[in-house]
Amino acid sequence: MKKSPILITLALVVFAIFPLVVKDQYYMHIAILILYYALVSQAWNILSGYSGQFSFGHAAFFGTGAYTSSILFTKLGMSPWIGLIIGAVIAAVIGLFIGYLSFRFKLRGVFFSLGTLAFAEILRIIIQNFDVFNKTLGVLIPYKPDPLMFQFSSRTTYYYIILIFAIAVTALVYYISRSKLGYNLVAIRENEDAAQSLGVNTYKNKMIAIAISASLTAIGGTFYAQYMLFIEPATTFSNDVSINILLPAIIGGAGTVLGPIVGSLIIIPIGELTTTWFGNFVGVNLMAYGVILILVMLYLPEGIVGWFQNKFGKKKSAKKNKDSSISGGEEVGTLKN
Amino acid sequence: MELLKIEGLTKRFAGLVAVNNVSLTLNKGEIVGLVGPNGAGKTTLFHSVCGFHKPEEGSVTYKGKELIGNKPEHICKEGIARTFQIVQPFGNLTVLENVIVGAFNRVKSYKEAERLALEKLDLIGISSFAYSRMKDLTFPYQKKVEVARALATSPEVLFLDEVMSGLNPSEVNEFIELIKHIRASGISIFFIEHLMSAVMALSDRLAVMHLGEKIADGDPQEVMKIPTVIEAYLGEEVS
Repeated sequence: MKKSPILITLALVVFAIFPLVVKDQYYMHIAILILYYALVSQAWNILSGYSGQFSFGHAAFFGTGAYTSSILFTKLGMSPWIGLIIGAVIAAVIGLFIGYLSFRFKLRGVFFSLGTLAFAEILRIIIQNFDVFNKTLGVLIPYKPDPLMFQFSSRTTYYYIILIFAIAVTALVYYISRSKLGYNLVAIRENEDAAQSLGVNTYKNKMIAIAISASLTAIGGTFYAQYMLFIEPATTFSNDVSINILLPAIIGGAGTVLGPIVGSLIIIPIGELTTTWFGNFVGVNLMAYGVILILVMLYLPEGIVGWFQNKFGKKKSAKKNKDSSISGGEEVGTLKN
Repeated sequence: MELLKIEGLTKRFAGLVAVNNVSLTLNKGEIVGLVGPNGAGKTTLFHSVCGFHKPEEGSVTYKGKELIGNKPEHICKEGIARTFQIVQPFGNLTVLENVIVGAFNRVKSYKEAERLALEKLDLIGISSFAYSRMKDLTFPYQKKVEVARALATSPEVLFLDEVMSGLNPSEVNEFIELIKHIRASGISIFFIEHLMSAVMALSDRLAVMHLGEKIADGDPQEVMKIPTVIEAYLGEEVS
């Protein structure tokens, strides 16, 4: 119990001093990607990891964030900082709309996943066919470093911004996981009928989850646009984006606070390094992703963090059980252990 | 005082009439047993009152308020908690976490919910499993957790659906004492049970269902003497 705060403080220190130690721009770029995927995957985790509503279309929210701030910036000169908030609000509204259609009519499991997938595709097609969004050309964001305009001359600043975002969202998820909302969401994931019988308003809780998840994903989208300075439908609204968002959480452990971060720490460096090392063979990084995903599904279906919690949680729970019982750890009621 | 009143309740599944024009009341502080052969419609009646089924006809009033048309979560908020015949566990959560979900029905802070949950686990006598995963528990113990979970919602009425199946005789006796204790704390109980010794020991009043209809309702000793009840259970007399 006492170990985890120390480990977390240590990890925070490592993240905080990383740019001071590592000067290589390429490694900085990888570090930014790790944090940025941790952020969006954490957002996905709230809806899909905790409440179990498996979204296959988070690109819808991601693209909304990226496009809202970028269009407002290039067409109206509005600061992307404001665009970030507007994008988050619009994404939440879109999320609530998807939620209304899906949850009202009891779309569960794979049908909900397909619904979200279809929605992201619909948005992509809309973007590709309207002049306001530059159709398939995408939006090029003029490079004018100005902190007020969410543009910086140094990668280090981007690094610290995404670090703060990622920490804030993770802290939020930690807070949710110990709150009434978190328990309600997990109950919905585990058994909707039982949750309802205990007074959990499943519809309302799912709507809250999708709204939070959507708006945080949109914030990731705005960051992506301001960091890359170029967005197009293929890199913001496509299925690839949705998959990249959910992959770190699945591998690290969906429904755990640290899962998305651990997953991102593992998968992003592997993806980037394989691309660099095997540059001549396009798609090696995807092969690596595939292999990792298959291995995780086979051997650690609850993700890396989930597996750790199980493995070490069991010993701890046996001990805690003993402490809490008067008769001293009787084993009558359990099948395993 | 009449707490819960079921009047003329009918639930049909396509052509099958699962519950046919059943009326029943539950008074404050009462323990009412509901028995009947398999397929009599007992669980369907529970589901209909608790909002899991929408009955075609009839009304259910709780403290004078109509319940039909409400969702299960609203009925729980009104103060009626239930367990399931086929357990509905949150399998990947610990026993304590299962009960905490129930506790959050009335309280807002985690600390309070945890305290309430531990209290209920202690009451049911399963605090030694608090940190075990729900899916690692055996079936009778999962049923006990369901009772703790339902109690944690701080109900006034408790519906128990065959909670004693699979328990050994000494555990049954403990459970009978436990249910009496729950009633003493001011909770009225409506329970379905096949175990006649428990039914006779607990019920203030006993209702019998057969093929969707209520065929008897009254003092347990008297009810068990009614010929139609005996017939429903044992079949017609031969020759």
